[in-house]
Amino acid sequence: MSSRKSKNNNLIHADCLSQVQRILRERFCHQSPHNNLYGVQVQYKHLIELLKRTAINGESNSVLIIGPRGSGKTTLINHALKELMEIEEVCENILHVHLNGLLQINDKIALKEITRQLNLENVVGDKVFGSFAENLSFLLEALKKGDRTSSCPVIFILDEFDLFAHHKNQTLLYNLFDISQSAQTPIAVIGLTCRLDILELLEKRVKSRFSHRQIHLMNSFGFPQYVKIFKEQLSLPAEFPDKLFAEKWNESVQYLSEDRNVREVLQKHFNVSKNLRSLHMLLMLALNRVTASRPFMSAADLMEANQLCSMDSKANIVHGLSVLEICLIIAMKHLNDIYEEEPFNFQMVYNEFQKFVQRKAHSVYNFEKPVVMKAFEHLQQLELIKPMERTSGNSQREYQLMKLLLDNTQIMNALQKYPNCPTDVRQWAASSLSWL
Amino acid sequence: MAHYPTRLKTRLTYSWVGRPLLDRKLRHQTYKEICVKVEGDSTEIHIQVGQCVLIEGDDDKNPYVAKLVELFEEDSDPHSTKRARVQWFVRFCEVPDCKRHLLGRKPAAQEIFWYDYPACNDNINAETIIGPIRVVALAPDAVVPMDLKDEKIFFVKESWNEKKFRPLSSELFAELDKLQEGSPKCQKPRGAKTKSVESPSGTPEEHVVKRIESRHSASKCRHTSTHPVTPRARKRLELGSLGLPRTPNTRMSQQTSSASLGSPEGNKRKVAFSEITSPSKRSQPDKLPTLSPVLKAPEKTGKIPLSCTGGDKKASPECHMILRARITALEATEIIKEKTLSPTSGGQRSSVMPSVILKPESIKKRGAKEPEAQNEVTSTPHRTCRKSSLLTLNRIRQQLRFLGNSKSDQEEEEILSAAEISNSSSEEEEASMPSRPRRTPRRSVSRNLRSSLRSSLETPSKTPKKTSKPRTPRLAIPQIRNRNLAAQEPTSVLEQARLRLHVSAVPESLPCREQEFQDIYNFVESKLLDHTGGCMYISGVPGTGKTATVHEVVRCLQQAAQAHDVPPFRYIEVNGMKLTEPHQVYVQILQKLTGQKATANHAAELLAKRFRTQGSPQETTILLVDELDLLWTHKQDVMYNLFDWPTHKEARLVVLTIANTMDLPERIMMNRVSSRLGLTRMSFQPYTHNQLQQILVSRLKHLKAFEDDAIQLVARKVAALSGDARRCLDICRRATEICELSSQKPNSPGLVTVVHLMEAVDEMFSSSYITAIKNSSVLEQGFLRAILAEFRRSGLEEATFQQIYSQHVALCRMEGLPYPTMSESMAVCSHLGSCRLLLVEPSRNDLLLRVRLNVSQDDVLYALKEE
Repeated sequence: MSSRKSKNNNLIHADCLSQVQRILRERFCHQSPHNNLYGVQVQYKHLIELLKRTAINGESNSVLIIGPRGSGKTTLINHALKELMEIEEVCENILHVHLNGLLQINDKIALKEITRQLNLENVVGDKVFGSFAENLSFLLEALKKGDRTSSCPVIFILDEFDLFAHHKNQTLLYNLFDISQSAQTPIAVIGLTCRLDILELLEKRVKSRFSHRQIHLMNSFGFPQYVKIFKEQLSLPAEFPDKLFAEKWNESVQYLSEDRNVREVLQKHFNVSKNLRSLHMLLMLALNRVTASRPFMSAADLMEANQLCSMDSKANIVHGLSVLEICLIIAMKHLNDIYEEEPFNFQMVYNEFQKFVQRKAHSVYNFEKPVVMKAFEHLQQLELIKPMERTSGNSQREYQLMKLLLDNTQIMNALQKYPNCPTDVRQWAASSLSWL
Repeated sequence: MAHYPTRLKTRLTYSWVGRPLLDRKLRHQTYKEICVKVEGDSTEIHIQVGQCVLIEGDDDKNPYVAKLVELFEEDSDPHSTKRARVQWFVRFCEVPDCKRHLLGRKPAAQEIFWYDYPACNDNINAETIIGPIRVVALAPDAVVPMDLKDEKIFFVKESWNEKKFRPLSSELFAELDKLQEGSPKCQKPRGAKTKSVESPSGTPEEHVVKRIESRHSASKCRHTSTHPVTPRARKRLELGSLGLPRTPNTRMSQQTSSASLGSPEGNKRKVAFSEITSPSKRSQPDKLPTLSPVLKAPEKTGKIPLSCTGGDKKASPECHMILRARITALEATEIIKEKTLSPTSGGQRSSVMPSVILKPESIKKRGAKEPEAQNEVTSTPHRTCRKSSLLTLNRIRQQLRFLGNSKSDQEEEEILSAAEISNSSSEEEEASMPSRPRRTPRRSVSRNLRSSLRSSLETPSKTPKKTSKPRTPRLAIPQIRNRNLAAQEPTSVLEQARLRLHVSAVPESLPCREQEFQDIYNFVESKLLDHTGGCMYISGVPGTGKTATVHEVVRCLQQAAQAHDVPPFRYIEVNGMKLTEPHQVYVQILQKLTGQKATANHAAELLAKRFRTQGSPQETTILLVDELDLLWTHKQDVMYNLFDWPTHKEARLVVLTIANTMDLPERIMMNRVSSRLGLTRMSFQPYTHNQLQQILVSRLKHLKAFEDDAIQLVARKVAALSGDARRCLDICRRATEICELSSQKPNSPGLVTVVHLMEAVDEMFSSSYITAIKNSSVLEQGFLRAILAEFRRSGLEEATFQQIYSQHVALCRMEGLPYPTMSESMAVCSHLGSCRLLLVEPSRNDLLLRVRLNVSQDDVLYALKEE
C-alpha cells in the first residue's frame, strides 16, 4: 500500500520535475528578456531613456555598453527593447538592425545585412543587389534623406562592437556615427563590447563623432545579493501548474540558501567568478542531479556540481595515462628541475627514464625505445607537451625540443589520485635523487 | 500667367486653313495652318506648323508649352477630330521634385526645357491649343533675362530627358534660333523677298545643310481622319518615329501603300501617323506635279538652319537610306523638320523654345505639298555630312542669332484674313477637365487603346512598331520609411536645450570661425569671379568645425549667386570615408555632376575629358573633398587627378580638401601631387575655452538651462582635453539628462549645475579600469596581485602564465585561502584578457603564454588597496 503510494508520488514528481527542469533550463540558457536584471537599474534607466528619446523625439544618439563577458549586456538591451516595444507610440515607429561582429566580418557583409534588415528598395526577396560601393551610397543616400521629425528612427545594435573597429578604415562606424551626429534620419547606435579599451580602438575622427556615452556593467553586487540571485533563479514562478509542488520546491530552495554548506559552495563560486553565467552553469549541473526519487535539490548536489566546475582538466587527463606515460612525465619534471625550465627532447627524457629503470633492478618498466617513443608522441597529441618550433619534416623527432605543459603541483596532485600507482614511481616522483 | 486666354470661359472655334494635303499611305490629311477663332470676338489667330503654342494642361496658370510639329486629321474615322503632333517643352515646375536639384541652379521664371524624352506622347488634340507663344533659344552661357514683362516669351537653355539637364545641342539650338528668327519673317506675306533670302536652295550648301522646318508640312499634307477621341491633347508615346531604323520603316509603309490600294475603301488613305510613313514619301512628289518652284523656295529657306538639328548618332542606319532619298528627290530640296527633330528628340517634349513662326506659306503653298514628302526623306541626311557642314552651320547660326536679336518683334500671331477655312470647327467645352492634356499614366492607357484601334484598321505590319516601349524599370529609391507618428517636439527647457546642443543642430552662425570663414569665402569667391580654378587644403583636428565652415561658405555663396553677386556654380561634396575605395570618388563626382553612372575607370575618363578638354563654357564647380587622406593610393593617381583638373583653364574647378593632419601634403604625397595642391593652406586650431564657451552660449541663446559656471567649467575641461566642440556639446547634453533624472519635480527640473556637469564629465572621461578591477571577483584580484608580485620578483613587465600561477598559489597559501586549480586560473586569465585589463597571447600557448598588464601597476595597486 505504502509502496504504491510512493510510486504514485514518484509519478507526479516525475511529471512536475520535467516541467521544472524545462523552465529552469530555459532560464539558465536563454538570454530571454523575461529574466530579471540584477544591480543594473541605473544603467537600465540610462539606456531606456536614451532609446525613448530616439524613438519619440527623433534624437540621434550613440552609446557603448561595456562590461565583461557574462555581465548581462545582451540581457540589458533585450530588456530595454522589449520595454520600448511595449510603448504604443513607439512600436510602429521604429526599425531595428542587429549586427554581430562575429557574423558581419567586414563592411560589405554588414552593409548588405543592414540593407536587408531595413528592407530598403534594392532588396528583392532576401537578396540585396548591387556592388559594395553601390550599397554604401544607396544606404547613405537613404539615411541622408530622412530628417528628425518625419523619418522612422533606426536603432542599430552592434554586438561585439570591437570587431567592427577592425574593419578597413572603420567605414561603417564612421558613417553610422556621422549620421548620428548630423541632421539625417534619427538613429541610435548601440555597441556592445567587453573591451574596456574600446575607445582607443576607434580612429580619431570616428572617436570624435562618437558621443562618448558609455554604460558600464560591472557585476557590482556583493555576496548577499549573489545568494538572493541564486534563490530567485531557482524559484519556480507563481504560474507553475502544480501549486503544491511549486510551493514545496520554493521552500526547499529557501532552505538551501540558508544551508551552511550551500553558502560555502556559493561563496567559493562567487570568489572565482561573479558573473551570472557561471552561476547558471553551476545550477544547471545541480539541476541535472535531481531525479524523481529525490525530487528536491540538496546541498550535496550543489557541492558535486561545484566540484565538477572547478575541476582541473589537465589533472583529469593525467589520471587516464598509462604508467609508462606517467614515468615519462616524471622524467620531464626532473629535467625541468635540473635545467630550470629549459626545453628538452625525447632523447633526454629517455635517458632520464633509463636511469630510473636501471636503478630499479626489476625491469618491469623496461620498454623498448620505439614503445617509449610512441608513448611520448601520445603525450604530444594530448598536448601535455608542446614542441618549441613547428615540426619540420626533416628534423629527427628524437631531438625535437619540447616543453612540458604541466605544473609541478599539478603532477604531484595527479599522482596522489592516480589509481594503483607503483610505490617506487611515486617515490621517484617525489625526489629524483632518492636512489642515492 | 493669368492672362493666358482663359479657355474656361470662352469658346474657341478651330478650323483648318488651307487645303488638306493628302497622305494616302497614312490616310491622313495634313494641314499647315490652323485658325483659332474666339467666339464673340472678331479676331482670328492663325497658327502654323512650326510655331510654338500653349496647350491646355492640368494647371490653368501654367499651360503646357510645345512646338507644333504637324497638324492632321485622320480621315478613316467618322468623327474626325483635329489632331496635332507636337514637340513638348517642360517648365521647371513640371520636372519631378526629386530631379530638380539636377539642374544645379535656379531656373529663371520663364525658363523652359526642351523635353528630350522619346516616351512621351506627342499626339494631341488640336483643339487643346490655346494660342501661340514665343520661345527664344539661349546659348548655354547666356543668362536668362529675369524680369521680362512679356510673359509670352519663354527661354530655352537646356534640355531635359527625365534623367538630366543638358545644354541644347548645337543643332537643336540652331533650329530653335531659326524658328525665332523665322517668325518675324513669316509675318510678311510670303513673297519674293523671302525667297531671295533663301537663296541657298540649289547651291551646294543646300545639300550640305538642308533640312528643314518644313518637316511639318510633310505631315500636313496628310488628310487625317480622327478617332473619336475626346478633345484632349495627349502626349503619347511615340515609337514609330523614334530610334527605329528607317529602312524597315520605308519598306513597311510601302507595303502599306500597296495594301491600301487593295483595300475596300474607295480612297486609298490610311489612318496612320505621319512619322511612320515619312520616309516613304519619297515617291510622292511625282504625284503632285503642280508644285511651282516659287512655292518651294520659301520652305527651303526655313530649312537651312534646321539642318543642324538632330545630329545624333542614332540614325546611322538611316543614313544610307537618306542618301538614296536625296539622290532621287533632291530637286525638291525641302527638308522636313519633323524628321530632323524626331530622331534627336523623338516625340519627346523638350525645352526648346517654341518660337511662334507664322510661315509665309499660304493656301497655295499648301497645295504644293509635295515637298514635305521629300523633306522628310531628306531631312536625315544632314547627319552624314555633319562634319563638312560644320563651318557653314556655325556661320549661319551666328547670322541667325544676330537676326533674331535684331528683330525683337514679338508679334507672333499673324492673322490671315484670306485663309481658307476648312470646315471643321469645334467648340470647346466650358469645363476644362476633359480637354486637358494629360501627362499622367493615363496617357499610356489611352495610347494602348488607340494603338489597338489603329491596328485593327491598319495593315498588321505596322502595329508592332506602335506598341509602347516598356518603361525603364523604376529605380529603387533610397529611402527609410516615414514614421507614422510625428516626432514629439521638445516641451521643457531642458529638452529644448538638448535639441539645440545636439551636434546635428545647425546654428545660425558659426561663432569663433569668422576669420577662417572669411578666408575660405574670399578664396572661393575670387575663383568664381575670375572664372578660374584652384585648390585649398584645410587641416585641423576633429571637431574644430572644418566641414561646417565650408558648408557655411557654400551656403553663403549660393545665396550670393542667387542675388547675382557671384556667377552661378555647382557644388559637389565627396567624403573619403563614405567611399569603399579611393577610385570610387570618380564615380561619385560624375554622378553628382551629371547623374550618370559609370565604373570607376570610365568615370575617370569622362571627368578628365570634361575638365581637361575645351568644352562648351560651363559654370564653375566647387568640389569639397572631405577626409582627403583616405584617397591615398599607392600611385596617388586619385589625388593627382583631383589637384590636376583645377589647373586646366577650362575646368573652372575649385577643390577644397579637408583632412586632419597639417603636414599631410608633405607626409604622404609625392612631389608632383603636393605641388599641384599648392600652398593655399589653412589650419583650424582646436577651440580654446573661451571659444567653446562662446559656442555654447550662442547655441543656448535665450535659453536659461545652464548655470554660467557650469558652462565655463565644461569649456575649460574640454579645451584642456582636446578642444573638440563635439565633445563639449555631448557633455552638456548628457548633463541635461542627468539634471532631469536627478530632479524630483519632473516639470521644473531647474538649472544644470556644476555638479551635473562634473558627473557627466566623469562618466565620459574617467577610466573604467579601476572600477573594473574593484568589481572583479576575489580570484581575479588575487591573480592581479600575483602578476604584480611576479613582476616585482623578475623585474620585467612580462611573465608567463606558469610563473604567475605559482606566485598565485604561494600568495593563497600565505593568506590561507584555498588555492585555485590551473583551469580556474586559466579562465580568470582569459577573462581578464578579454576585458583588456591584461594583454595575453592566444591561449593555445597554455602555460607558456605571456601576460602583460594593460593598466599601470600603480592603478592596479590603488584599486586593490581600496578594499
